[in-house]
Amino acid sequence: MLVYLLRRLVNVVVMLVIVSMVTFGIFFMVPKITGSDPALLYAGRETNKTAIEGIRKKMGLDKPITTQYGLFLKGIVAGRDYDQGSQITHCPAPCFGYSFKNEQPVWPDLKQRIPVTMSLAAGASVLWLIGGVATGVISALRRRTVLDRVTMITALAGVSLPIYFTGLVCSAVFIYSLEWMETINYAPLTDDPAAWLNSMILPWITLAFLFAATYARLTRATMLEILGEDYIRTARAKGLKEQVVIRKHALRSTLTPIITVFGLDLGALLGGAVLTESTFSLPGMGKAAVDAINSGDLPVIMGVTIIAAFFVVMANLIVDLLYAVVDPRVRLT
Amino acid sequence: MNRSRKAVALTALAAAVALTATACGGGGSNNKSSSNQGAGYDAATKGKVINASDKKGGTLKLMSPQDVDFLDPARAYYGFVWNMQRLYIRQLLAYDSKPGEAGTKLVPDLAESLPTLSNGGKTYTFKLKAGVKFEDGTPITSKDIKYGIERVFAQDVLSGGPTYLIDLLDQGQKYPGPYKDKDPNKLGLKSVQTPDDQTIVFNLAKPNSDFSYLMAMADSSPVPAAKDDGAKYTNHPVATGPYKVQSFVAGKETVFVRNPNWDSKTDPIRKGLPDKVTFTVTSNPDDMDARLLSGDVDYAVDGTGVQQAAKIKILQTPKYKANADDPFSGYIRYFAFPQTVAPFDNIECRKAVIYAADPKSLQTARGGPTSGDLGANMLPPGIPGSDKSYDPWGLTQGKPQLDKAKAALKACGKPNGFKTTIAVRNNRKPEIATAESLQASLKAVGIDASIDQYDGKNSSSVIGAPDNVKKKGYGIIVMGWGADYNSGAGFLQPLVDGSFILKNGNNNYTMLNDKTVNGLFDQAAAAASPEAAAPFYTQINKAIMEKALYLPINFDKALVYRNPRLTNVFYQESMGRLDLAVMGVVK
Repeated sequence: MLVYLLRRLVNVVVMLVIVSMVTFGIFFMVPKITGSDPALLYAGRETNKTAIEGIRKKMGLDKPITTQYGLFLKGIVAGRDYDQGSQITHCPAPCFGYSFKNEQPVWPDLKQRIPVTMSLAAGASVLWLIGGVATGVISALRRRTVLDRVTMITALAGVSLPIYFTGLVCSAVFIYSLEWMETINYAPLTDDPAAWLNSMILPWITLAFLFAATYARLTRATMLEILGEDYIRTARAKGLKEQVVIRKHALRSTLTPIITVFGLDLGALLGGAVLTESTFSLPGMGKAAVDAINSGDLPVIMGVTIIAAFFVVMANLIVDLLYAVVDPRVRLT
Repeated sequence: MNRSRKAVALTALAAAVALTATACGGGGSNNKSSSNQGAGYDAATKGKVINASDKKGGTLKLMSPQDVDFLDPARAYYGFVWNMQRLYIRQLLAYDSKPGEAGTKLVPDLAESLPTLSNGGKTYTFKLKAGVKFEDGTPITSKDIKYGIERVFAQDVLSGGPTYLIDLLDQGQKYPGPYKDKDPNKLGLKSVQTPDDQTIVFNLAKPNSDFSYLMAMADSSPVPAAKDDGAKYTNHPVATGPYKVQSFVAGKETVFVRNPNWDSKTDPIRKGLPDKVTFTVTSNPDDMDARLLSGDVDYAVDGTGVQQAAKIKILQTPKYKANADDPFSGYIRYFAFPQTVAPFDNIECRKAVIYAADPKSLQTARGGPTSGDLGANMLPPGIPGSDKSYDPWGLTQGKPQLDKAKAALKACGKPNGFKTTIAVRNNRKPEIATAESLQASLKAVGIDASIDQYDGKNSSSVIGAPDNVKKKGYGIIVMGWGADYNSGAGFLQPLVDGSFILKNGNNNYTMLNDKTVNGLFDQAAAAASPEAAAPFYTQINKAIMEKALYLPINFDKALVYRNPRLTNVFYQESMGRLDLAVMGVVK
């Protein structure tokens, strides 16, 4: 078990290095190839040669790409020194550098945003997991009834409707029309629990609606497949109660693919629920990613990508460990 | 049966939710209050001061969906930040805190008087006022001003701000900025001398009537060398105005409190009325508008105007409308015709596009009359030499002139029209809408224009690269422009002076390199004063309009809301916003 865990952790590190290389390549090499100059983004509108050269130097764009990448990695692992003009400043690990846009260190800003995204992802995932799996199971057990068809049509709508649509409709109805809720203005849970809850309810529901639909369909399909398995027939033949057959035998097996997808979804969401955060103006990782891409703020883009990748690979690892808990046939070696 | 009932119930619930969602479209709280507590619609733009008061106290609450770019005077380039900087930093000169045209005039701020010109207009000498201090009580000297200006040259550390000072003061020295300056006092910029602590002398290579304007820009502010920590200075700039920065949290909030070492007797433009000023960044512009209307926030300092929902609410509710203004933002929105792309090398083809355009439709595309007045020429109101009524192409008639367009097409040798491409930033909805409006209008005379939406943040290397413009065949470019300082050169020179054509980051999209126009800029620069330079800018505007190089869309406006509790409210023409230098919150 321990060896397995260590091996997987090494894989996590290798995966993150590969992700960082690819991301760095895309954002720092592509502009070179296409001939666009990131320095121009920060030169102000009155372009001056001295300014462009200065910015290139400041951003490190005058160095070879491999040196730039090496410095970037060093910053994450061991921190990095920056020439701030009148003094050298040490940026402690994990150092993703300073925003090109406002000269603020990237990591402290992202660190503040992670709880926002975590709040969103955690609440929504509980809702969609309970809602989606329950709906899927009920639908599978009531196959071909009106209830099955209505829930599956609703699920289809959930999958089809984009978040920026359902999100805006929810806001229009519950905030602006019925006025059941205040306008969304995020506050940390520790500062103002009421404002935090107010800012989270609609994003949770909107996000959960989308994901629950997928989970309902997945649960239903898997459940139907499993209900046809020999061991379910055997269980029933042994005289077990239907409730026990469903709960102990069918549902447990159904959960394996659900957990796989859940791990990936949750991991991806922790890296930033881009559309939900943008729709509800939540200052999370996804909003940071959108803002950084819109302004071409490369250090922030790199930071968000690496952190998002970290969450995804860690979620995968946890899912693999959970297999052993959910399915007794799985052994971790 | 039981299952069917449940299904029916669920279906009914889904239908109810859908109906509620549909119904909410036209909903909203029905505010029928008609009490008019405000000074009147657009009152702050009428040349008068609303709620004049000298009462001190309270907290002025500013908000914006956009954070400051930098608080560092050498690095800020956002217009609203320059307005906020009037709270905490001072320069030798400043725009007067008066409504109307008086607000475009420069007055002495840290300087005793306006500069003395000598050496044929090439030498500017300023004398500093006695008793002006930094926030820590240290007297401000001419050396601090020189040091502040030198910081602009350190672009490898302090990027982002305007660089006009480098253009005028480097004079071949290749001065690297104070951080790499070998002078022991870090004051090695040769074109600026400080013979004593009260005197600063600028030696220009040639006369420049706009130089005084540059001395009113934030990057000419004094900075104490001992407190300068380079790139980190933006987090805690040293104040010289009535307020100092108490705290700055990027992306969240900046708090200004009173600067005890500011002496109002030395300051002709600031009142320093509120005890505290807060600037809060919001990620929800609609929420900001709601808080503005409820009185929880005083002013959306970015000045770009309220969102569509609030706009409708304000215009339909008398009590809100009486506290709203629709000021000119200082920007002109326009189409430019690069002469390097055929057939726009032919003036008649350019004229055909101008005549075929539907000005009213373009205005609607930008958001209707509150988004700006119909464009007429390329020099915005408020800039010396401008004339809003000058309309050589009859654009303010507000309708297409199809007969003239067809005649121009015939004269251009393309009686059946031609094909071209309109380049537009993909992150500016109103610009895309104007491109679509023009596209539709041009179809009526046979001009087939396709629209190319490019990544807006890469403007400098897409439409700012003349080779790329030619390669892509961008015959029409949608853009907007405002002046960095209140002069014809500050607005027009980057757009139409041939010597400003660049390989990247070019703003002279029409690629105009005309001896007469270039010469007029030289004559304006050599004029004795900004006022004396104004007629040259009138001539330049006329020359470029007659060449049919631009189709002005509108003189840009933005609907803004002011909290009725605000005092000394007026629109500062040079800042393009309400003047923060005198604003108070206690009547």
